[in-house]
Amino acid sequence: MGKQDTLRIDGRDVAIDAERNLLELVRKAGIELPTFCYHSDLSIYGACRLCLVDIEGRGIQSACSTPPEPGMRLRTNTGELREIRRTTLELLLANHDGSCPTCIKSADCKLQALARRMGVDKVRFKAPTRPAPLDESSPALVRDPNKCVLCGDCVRVCNEIQGVGAIDFAYRGSQAAVVPAFGKQLGDVECVNCGQCAAFCPTGALAPRSETAAIWQALDDPRKKVVAQIAPAVRVALGEAFDQPAASQTTGRIVAALKAIGFDAVYDTSFTADLTVIEEGTEFLQRKVNGGILPQFTSCCPAWVKYAEQYYPDLLPNLSTCKSPQQMFGSLARQVLPRILDTAPEDLVVVSIMPCTAKKYEAQRSEFSQDGRRDVDAVMTTQELARMIQEAGLDFSSLEPESLDMPFGFHTGAGVIFGNSGGVSEAVLRFAVEKITGKPAGQVDFHEVRGEGGLREASLTVDGTEVRIAIVHGLANAKLVADQVRAGTAPYDLIEVMTCPGGCISGAGQPVAHNGHTRQDRARSLYEADKSLPLHRSQDNPFIDRCYQEHLGAVGGTVAHRLLHTHYHGRKRLESEALPLSEGNGDGKIQVKVCAGTACFLRGSQKLLHALLGYVEEHSLQNMVDVRANFCSEQCAAGPTVIIGDKVLQHCTLERVRDVLDAELANHQ
Amino acid sequence: MQMTHVEPRTRSDQFEAVCAIIERHGRQPAKLIPILQAVQDEYTYLPEEVLNFVATALAIPPARVFGVATFYTYFALEPKGKYVVRLCDGTACHVKDSIPILEALRSRLNLSEEHKTTPDMLFTVETVACLGACGLAPVVMVNGEVHSLMTPEKAESLIEDLKQAEAAAVAGEEG
Repeated sequence: MGKQDTLRIDGRDVAIDAERNLLELVRKAGIELPTFCYHSDLSIYGACRLCLVDIEGRGIQSACSTPPEPGMRLRTNTGELREIRRTTLELLLANHDGSCPTCIKSADCKLQALARRMGVDKVRFKAPTRPAPLDESSPALVRDPNKCVLCGDCVRVCNEIQGVGAIDFAYRGSQAAVVPAFGKQLGDVECVNCGQCAAFCPTGALAPRSETAAIWQALDDPRKKVVAQIAPAVRVALGEAFDQPAASQTTGRIVAALKAIGFDAVYDTSFTADLTVIEEGTEFLQRKVNGGILPQFTSCCPAWVKYAEQYYPDLLPNLSTCKSPQQMFGSLARQVLPRILDTAPEDLVVVSIMPCTAKKYEAQRSEFSQDGRRDVDAVMTTQELARMIQEAGLDFSSLEPESLDMPFGFHTGAGVIFGNSGGVSEAVLRFAVEKITGKPAGQVDFHEVRGEGGLREASLTVDGTEVRIAIVHGLANAKLVADQVRAGTAPYDLIEVMTCPGGCISGAGQPVAHNGHTRQDRARSLYEADKSLPLHRSQDNPFIDRCYQEHLGAVGGTVAHRLLHTHYHGRKRLESEALPLSEGNGDGKIQVKVCAGTACFLRGSQKLLHALLGYVEEHSLQNMVDVRANFCSEQCAAGPTVIIGDKVLQHCTLERVRDVLDAELANHQ
Repeated sequence: MQMTHVEPRTRSDQFEAVCAIIERHGRQPAKLIPILQAVQDEYTYLPEEVLNFVATALAIPPARVFGVATFYTYFALEPKGKYVVRLCDGTACHVKDSIPILEALRSRLNLSEEHKTTPDMLFTVETVACLGACGLAPVVMVNGEVHSLMTPEKAESLIEDLKQAEAAAVAGEEG
């Protein structure tokens, strides 16, 4: 065996294993070097200049971007290094809107914590006086550019983990800023609302949008019956906000807290997760048996659904038509709860408690409203729930646990593990295996689908039927799989997609994680919750049976379809003007808009435009026809799309455009 | 100064040119900067809709294209005037009193740091860091033509000459 390579950190020899950079080694040696811009999941940026070390013979270097070499001698804590770090923090603080007492991130702010740790007791530099407006356009997030320290964490997580790139650095020098494309607002661009930018943001520059004011208002109204649904992942993380050991089970105390706050009934989203398993599992088996469209993608994650609508409109038929558990709960609640709670339908207020910011967006989607009333009135994150409990003055850890209300409080372990990456697949397997074999499966745990990797595969054979599953988290991984499906090379039947790392347990609405193993703790805790429940298969949930008998009829039947299923449509990424290609302002001419969005572009809309412009010129129609290239007509599956007047032409060819245009011209004259 | 009358390019010509530029660079995201340079040559600036089209064609996020376009002062996101007046404010020109020239140009055209282009789209006044003609400082460049040893008075009469030439050209067209 060769001699172990070492280097020397502050006079101590430290063995070099597989560390990629000095920072990892220094931290292995038990020294917590400060960092803003370093995240082990992201690319190395080396911008914040806080992890500086003094390397003998090389001078001061950033530890994150220096690979370890045997024999290096470095110091992490010299007077010079401390002075540089303090100055760096002072400069950051000078550019930062320090309205800490009112900042939502205050208690979890890395800038605040590091300034305190590094002993910064005054800021010698003058603040620039150029306040930028708050961006409140997104249903999920609030962006406050005045608090941004330009560490780029948000830019990299959006790009590298989610493959979206909705925000990026723009401008230069003192003007530099992180902004959506063309300086637009976050609500007008391709942001999928996953909120991981806010989860990675060390300050309050990006934060989940709070809905607690509206919820308090409903609670204060004596006419309203306010009910809550709690998502699985909330219960294993809320305790962290009250200094409880990470991932301690809190369901009973959450119920007690919500009742004390004034909620009339508290239910469990795991119940509708059980319902999702039955509907989605049945849909999957039907597709599998009847030769339907496979692979089937899961559709529980609203960030993934928006991503698919924007980038893979051609694959929307592969998405399960099932609503997410949150929205299944919303429709069922509207249908059933007014009678159970003896209230007028208009007085029922449905509140979700979610680990997720994208759920705020999902609840606003027009598909999930009936007669102008949203199925889910308000969505609060785990963080917001913690704040409501604190605001109400409740001592969370000493609350006496209470039970969830029936019927929508009864759930099986299958509905609980939904919060973990792999959980939806496992829950569906527990259902599907029994359906395929026709007898209750002895096996409950499917360890094949568990794990932490961002792209995992599992395959199992049940009674000669092979079921091949892919499990992904992070939309950049989803893109890899979706590209395979598009190319026809994906060897899968079922593909589970969750946007956040590790699944819903790491949603952006969860309390800010303070250590590296929070995610693992939460995941383990969800599997333990499953174990501790009496039932583990959704089909064994007696209240689900009753729900079908009393309200839904047959599984996958007409009523179930109306209440529990939905549809998707191609979606433009950016609110953007069309590009005029004819002279003049187009008044009085026939408007022709050729879609130049990605899906149509790939289907040859550029050639179509070229030919159309040639046709217009050849026949001297410039004074009668106004041609524009527009960015996405949201008909992506049927592209290329051309809009002539008010006619939408799908799968368009030049012949088609010519025929319709000639007819319009004849009418026009 | 010579007034050349160029037939304006039609929007469809410009769009065809953009498509050709993108194809010529093999739709490679790595070629974004030369693509943007060529697109700006075509439009004199970078219209948002065109940048959006470039992002679509290169399959990169529009925020990335916007970031590159705003990083370099060479790229303009607003349309510029027919005459782009670039005042050099490099070290040599600065010590030779370039700022009074800038102030004279701006006050003559009613422009400012924020408003660089006249509403009639005739003039744009901007500063550059160095035109490399330090021996002739202070220097003003109008559409690529260098005017040396400038004073505020000379700058004002330069603008006046251009305005009169424009008025004559318009009268000529109408007559």
